[in-house]
Amino acid sequence: MIACSNVSKHYPQGPEALKEVSFAIEAGEMVFITGHSGAGKSTLFRLLAAIERPTSGSIVVNGQNLAALRKSAIPYLRRNFGLIFQDQKLLFDRSVLDNVLLPLAIVGLPAIDAVRRARAALDKVGLLEREKANPIALSGGEQQRLAIARAVVNRPAILLADEPTTNLDSESAADILEIFRAFHQVGVTIVIATHDPQWMARLAPRVIQLERGHLLGGSA
Amino acid sequence: MNTFLAQHLAAQRDALCRLVAAPLNTVLSLLVIGIALALPSAGWVVLDNLRGITGSASGVQQVSIFMVMDASKKETGEIEARLREARAGNWRFVSRDEALKRLQASEGMAEIIASLPRNPLPDAFVVEPSNTQPESLEQLARTFSGWPKVAHVQLDSAWVKRFDTFLRIGKLSISLLGGLFAVALVVVTFNTIRLQILAQASEIEVAKLIGATDAFIRRPFQYFGALQGALGGLFAALLVFLGSLLLAEPVGELVSLYGAMFALHGLSPGNIAALAAIGAVLGWMGAQLSVAIHLRHIG
Repeated sequence: MIACSNVSKHYPQGPEALKEVSFAIEAGEMVFITGHSGAGKSTLFRLLAAIERPTSGSIVVNGQNLAALRKSAIPYLRRNFGLIFQDQKLLFDRSVLDNVLLPLAIVGLPAIDAVRRARAALDKVGLLEREKANPIALSGGEQQRLAIARAVVNRPAILLADEPTTNLDSESAADILEIFRAFHQVGVTIVIATHDPQWMARLAPRVIQLERGHLLGGSA
Repeated sequence: MNTFLAQHLAAQRDALCRLVAAPLNTVLSLLVIGIALALPSAGWVVLDNLRGITGSASGVQQVSIFMVMDASKKETGEIEARLREARAGNWRFVSRDEALKRLQASEGMAEIIASLPRNPLPDAFVVEPSNTQPESLEQLARTFSGWPKVAHVQLDSAWVKRFDTFLRIGKLSISLLGGLFAVALVVVTFNTIRLQILAQASEIEVAKLIGATDAFIRRPFQYFGALQGALGGLFAALLVFLGSLLLAEPVGELVSLYGAMFALHGLSPGNIAALAAIGAVLGWMGAQLSVAIHLRHIG
């Protein structure tokens, strides 16, 4: 489903963020990308989500080579992903429900179906009764769950999350992990970048470990 | 197709909501756009009315040949013969008595003429040349001047020509003015949309990250620009209408002083629709430019 081969990324005037990284992720897998901060996790997240392009190497997602993708094709590629950002990127000028409706408006789902689907997604993360609230009024854990609801509302095949439990207490983090596990059980491919591997034992994911841009563990 | 339509409808609704949500901004923008469009349209209306005045006259090109006062029947007969020979076009003879009678019929002239000791008017020929090219008219006038006992030859088309030239200059000036104001309208919309984009930068960023196409992001802004421009065009039509209402009475008075029949006409429904359409297109262009620059900026 995702295949990286010899992926490198340099930033101008910076160190090499990723060096010759190769790995493959099968459909339905749950994969953790771990490493200390600065190891290249977020860079890898941005490359997989086609937010940035690799300096060299190829990333193939669903048979499409991201490095060779036309700019106009990127939006359609992104719709395969549910993206959960480190800073969540919630919109505070609208309600919880409207935040979840945005991805559905983008694909042009009719309003009635969209509202039904958005409510179902909110229900899955336990936020249905907060649909009219402004996200600013939610707790950190609730905001993260809202971000997940927005990511999954389009029923993506791949869920990509960057540090989804940072700044959460252990109880909220456990809730978030339960939600990921539930999606994994219904066949969604889950890729989580995290520096915080405390709950890996519970989920028993495959681990891809990065250190200063190099691949340490995991299978190539 | 349904999705396509739904997305356009949603974008239109979004644009309308934004117009209504900031009424002060909307009114100010409409004022600027309305005035920018009203000035060239008002100029156009004035020119169009002037063209109406000359419309009937401009088609007829006449050359008048005035005989000397003491020209005899035989001498005018000579000119008649020469005219027939020259085959320059239709012509007719206006005798000095006929000319006097016509003048007497004009308002206020009867008394003046009655007080004159004798008929001051000469015999005349009015020629309508078949060839109305300016050069050939000049040529014709020169030929006529050379004929015996001809006192004066007048090209009656001269004033029409001057007027036409004046109208052409007017039209050109208004086109230039219109062009400048069109640019101004694009710039005004560009700026309005830029402010909106800055206010919605986070929404645009998130939408792009989760799979929105550039077209999706552009759409509500384009509709906003077009809607604002169209409303501005209608507002301009209203301004021109009010202006022509104010002018109608004094123009009527002026015209009646000259004993002419003339009614000021304003913008037709077609003109108003065109004004709204021009506003819409220019607003759309401003919005398009603004979003395109922002999208390129954020990559």
